[in-house]
Amino acid sequence: MRALLLVAAAALGLTPGTARTLPQPPHLLTQTGLYSAPGVVDARHLAYAPQYPLWTDGAAKSRWLHLPAGKDIDGGDEDGWVFPVGTRVWKEFRFQGRKVETRMIWKAGPRTWVFASYAWNEAQTEATLVPADGLPDAAEVAPGVWHRIPSRADCRNCHGQESVDMLGFNALQLSPDRDPDAIHGEPLQPGMVTLDDLVARRLLRGARPDLLSRPPRIQADQAATRSVLGYLQANCASCHRGDRPLPGLDLDFRHTSHLIRGADEPGLRTTLGRPSVYQAPGAAGDPRLSPGVPDQSTLIHRMASRRPAAQMPPLGSALVDQEAVARLRRWVADLPLAASH
Amino acid sequence: MSLTRPFLLAFLGAAVAQAGAPPKSILQRGAYLVRVGGCNDCHTPLKMGAKGPEPDMTRMLSGHPEALKMPPAPQLPEGPWGWTGAATATAFAGPWGVSFAANLTPDKETGLGSWTEAQFLQMIRTGRHLGQGRPILPPMPVPSLHAATEADQKAIFAYLKSIPAVSNRVPAVVEPVASH
Ligand code: HEC
Ligand code: HEC
Ligand code: HEC
Repeated sequence: MRALLLVAAAALGLTPGTARTLPQPPHLLTQTGLYSAPGVVDARHLAYAPQYPLWTDGAAKSRWLHLPAGKDIDGGDEDGWVFPVGTRVWKEFRFQGRKVETRMIWKAGPRTWVFASYAWNEAQTEATLVPADGLPDAAEVAPGVWHRIPSRADCRNCHGQESVDMLGFNALQLSPDRDPDAIHGEPLQPGMVTLDDLVARRLLRGARPDLLSRPPRIQADQAATRSVLGYLQANCASCHRGDRPLPGLDLDFRHTSHLIRGADEPGLRTTLGRPSVYQAPGAAGDPRLSPGVPDQSTLIHRMASRRPAAQMPPLGSALVDQEAVARLRRWVADLPLAASH
Repeated sequence: MSLTRPFLLAFLGAAVAQAGAPPKSILQRGAYLVRVGGCNDCHTPLKMGAKGPEPDMTRMLSGHPEALKMPPAPQLPEGPWGWTGAATATAFAGPWGVSFAANLTPDKETGLGSWTEAQFLQMIRTGRHLGQGRPILPPMPVPSLHAATEADQKAIFAYLKSIPAVSNRVPAVVEPVASH
């Protein structure tokens, strides 16, 4: 038992001297409360689909949120909802129609978050807790290329360390003003919740009175710009955000509710014509995004790469999101050459 | 007044101590750990002295010198020799490409100046560049740092933040030739 605990502490990166007792996630997915009967998702959970999904090697996904009975979400800060203790969210990943992993985030205490992923068995009847280091060869997503279940440290690389964010269950992602051009946008299925439902069912407290008449929306004059910024917000802003800057980078894709003008969107301000520290092999002086010239845009180069030193995002997927790269290339090619913001 | 003043001063003193430099004992502990941890071996460039190569302490812990542009690394023949290093002991070529020892001085633009302590700890915990990016390359001994207690890791960071800042932009990694 002791040895086990020590192993767990080491895996969490906690040295024995500082090991905090984190609640352990259950060993089996069926013990987490997702299902009410074998294969039947508890009908009380809220099914939803964020308008701007994360690319994970082309996985199909389903998502559910559980709020403890009688509890609601504090929506006073539109950019940082506060969830009640006991909240659980699950996300199921399928490749070629087969369930591969189901991820869970559990808010176990006011500042305590538990991350877990469960790997599905061959018979698709049960999923078992994945070790903290993740699982390298979870599913073959292209000949010789394997989807990797991320380590728990990598979950937190995207979702946050001390202060954890729901990246898909937030005001912008659940806005009823859904982007019809969202890259890999998932149509809402019957029964899925949006902001309207949360307000109507009194599950969201403290939101601004005009939330539904003026719903959250990426500010952009062009439909193409809107969907590109939405994509970058979901896929990149978990690491590139102004309120938690990476040292010396000044790169920000985070949409916030107080933005009114398209030109203020940090995803444009910190990229268009802006110098890039990173340079592709053989290149020099390419900006992050070069209006009119996708080939000289380091951002697109990195999105289109899966070489470890170049790829963006640096973790979470093994395959390039070709569709997104094509959409970004077209968008950059169409940008007026002189557009320096 | 006469009563509250000392109180106020004590309070202010504590506040300043909190916002300002960490206690001396922590800095000393950090300095000690950096020495025994061998950080200088790779992060302080060697220069040729009277008795052979010696660390250039005017560039203490500032990483691979920006001005020293490395030519392409020599191709090694098949066999047990696996990697090569620069005479400065700050650049390393191997199957991972070419890595350059980072600038650990508190320079804002080129060193650890704009790092937070949390980012430093996360770098050690994840073995990722800046805590969140690509895997950190050899021969940086991340596992050794990981084996230190969190208090010691914090002491190392506090000490590094206290040494003289050197502006020195270390080159970006060079990707291996074989990659596509
Ligand atoms: C590359 C960044 C990244 C990594 C790594 C990552 N996630 Fe996420 N995750 C996201 C984004 C972005 C969303 C929201 C978009 C979506 O659902 O498609 C999300 C959504 C979720 C959700 C639904 C709740 C929410 O925040 O919207 C759960 C549960 C979840 N992730 C769990 C995990 C767990 C557990 C791990 C580690 C095993 C993990 N994630 C690793 C980026 C990441
Ligand atoms: C898990 C964290 C993470 C995610 C997610 C992420 N990045 Fe990054 N990104 C980094 C780190 C760390 C760096 C700095 C180190 C480097 O350049 O490799 C970086 C650097 C960059 C740079 C280089 C900027 C410069 O001036 O050199 C670009 C461009 C970039 N990212 C674009 C993206 C895009 C586009 C996405 C989404 C498709 C994305 N990133 C998602 C962590 C992340
Ligand atoms: C054997 C050589 C070697 C030793 C010893 C060494 N380092 Fe490094 N260090 C490197 C190299 C090479 C890099 C660059 C790695 C890369 O770019 O991926 C690096 C990078 C770093 C970085 C930047 C990490 C990042 O996010 O990119 C930090 C911080 C660091 N070292 C701290 C230390 C400390 C503290 C010590 C002493 C305990 C130490 N190093 C000892 C070789 C070394």
